Amino acid sequence: MGKMSNATPLKIDVRNFNFYYGQHRALQDINMQIYERRVTAIIGPSGCGKTTLLRSFNRMHDLYPGNRYEGEIILYPDEVNITNSRVDPIMIRMRIGMVFQKPNPFPKSIYENVAYGLRLKGVKKKSVLDEKVEEALRSAALWEEVKDRLRENAYSLSGGQQQRLCIARAIAPEPEVLLFDEPTSALDPISTSKIEDLVVQLKDKLTIIIVTHNMQQAARVSDFTAFMYMGKLVEFGATEKMFTKPDNKLTEDYITGRFG
Amino acid sequence: MKRKEEFLEFLTKSTLGAFTLVVGLIFPFTTLLVLVWESLPAIERFGVLDFLTGRTWDPVAEVFGALPALFGTLLVTFIASLIALPVSVGIAIFIAELSPDKLKPIFSTATELLGAIPSIIYGMWGLFVIAPLMADYVEPFLQETLGRVPLIGKLFEGAPTGVDALTSGFILSVMIIPFMSAIVKDSFEMTPALLKEAGYGLGATKWEVVKNIIIPYSLPGIVGGMVLSVGRALGETMAVAFLTGNVHQIPLSLLEPLTTITVSIANEFTEADTDIYLSSLYYLALILFVMSFGLLMLAKFLILERLGKRWGTKNA
Repeated sequence: MGKMSNATPLKIDVRNFNFYYGQHRALQDINMQIYERRVTAIIGPSGCGKTTLLRSFNRMHDLYPGNRYEGEIILYPDEVNITNSRVDPIMIRMRIGMVFQKPNPFPKSIYENVAYGLRLKGVKKKSVLDEKVEEALRSAALWEEVKDRLRENAYSLSGGQQQRLCIARAIAPEPEVLLFDEPTSALDPISTSKIEDLVVQLKDKLTIIIVTHNMQQAARVSDFTAFMYMGKLVEFGATEKMFTKPDNKLTEDYITGRFG
Repeated sequence: MKRKEEFLEFLTKSTLGAFTLVVGLIFPFTTLLVLVWESLPAIERFGVLDFLTGRTWDPVAEVFGALPALFGTLLVTFIASLIALPVSVGIAIFIAELSPDKLKPIFSTATELLGAIPSIIYGMWGLFVIAPLMADYVEPFLQETLGRVPLIGKLFEGAPTGVDALTSGFILSVMIIPFMSAIVKDSFEMTPALLKEAGYGLGATKWEVVKNIIIPYSLPGIVGGMVLSVGRALGETMAVAFLTGNVHQIPLSLLEPLTTITVSIANEFTEADTDIYLSSLYYLALILFVMSFGLLMLAKFLILERLGKRWGTKNA
């Protein structure tokens, strides 16, 4: 796949990675690099395995029986193999946060939603919590809208606000990597563009991997793009190149809308 | 052809509608009417407040007061709920979250089968097996330990006979556990996977997800299950018929015999030789009816609605 962006250090290295749902091999020999403080988009038609790959990065598949990882996903700087069963998924999930397809705030107050990850990390002091909650809400561009109603139930927010709250909740514990699983698929265009702006802003602080159905979205927010098809990685490269002159015919067909 | 179908549809609608009307409205309403009608002599004689607070139950002198039976009912129900709630929540957590997928239906069915045992059998088991155990081991042990603690020690005074409030409450709790745990388990399983994943995604452990997400989310279900079970416990007769001792007194300790409304009615209905005696028993039944009915209404309209809104389960 060639050497790219030698200037930016690697954050995650996927090596000969396979994933099985029971007997079904959902991902086949994936090799891919995720660079630090960059946005990497994963695109491809439904059922191509992009969400399966994303959920491997934080061991979400562990929650359901019969799933199996094979190969390596190395997380830098300490070069820990994420998919090694001896590695505690709890520790991985504290370092790699996730934002889901649909806004899924907890049935708690706005404040408690953001504070939850911090509390799990053992932060108890109210002054520290207050400060971090505000910081996370500011980073998620939500602070101005909710600062006077932090004690209200999170469900009183609109869908777009709820999704930004989920982003604030994910970044509050200061993860190194943030996974987005089609974060705007349930949102209106205005909320979508706010989330996209956020994704671009957040890469100053952390590494982002985003799965999206929307190719324009991938083009707008990402530095690198991976195109997947039928459980395989077809092409990976700088987003600009992928969308202008892709190497692979299949990639070109997909990007120009000839299938998918 | 067309007219025939229309006629059939009309027939089905009106028959089913009539059934629903009879079962849902007319049955309970006529029951209430009969109860009120039959209790009228007792209501006239003793009034409402005096009957509810009357402590004497003397068929010979024809003086009847409901307080001992009412208190006994509430006490036994309270003990039963106190034991059943943590056990049911525990069973529900185990089945819904902890047990291996393959064994889930087995555990689930096993607890539900517990609810299929006829209540008279619970009563016999209680009298022949549990009561002696309570009298010989559990109650002396409680007297030695909790009985020595100031204040609550008073609750364990008296001769341990095994036929008392504690045993009755325990047997009743075993009866309602399958019921309560099934409702709690169902509401646990209704917690959306997306919400649980949100917790796991932040690095929560299984226990943290259960404690911080599943239980709060299912709270309306837990409260609902509890209220329904309490309603059932209130009206349960045969399980405790042998175990209360049927003594019309307000027990000062958990080890004293007592009576409940249902047990009084079951035991005394055939012996009620005067009109006012019979009428007083009807009056007891009326009180039970109003309590159970009120509890269900409360659960439906107040608690569940409010909790549902508060926890956002209504719009999720």
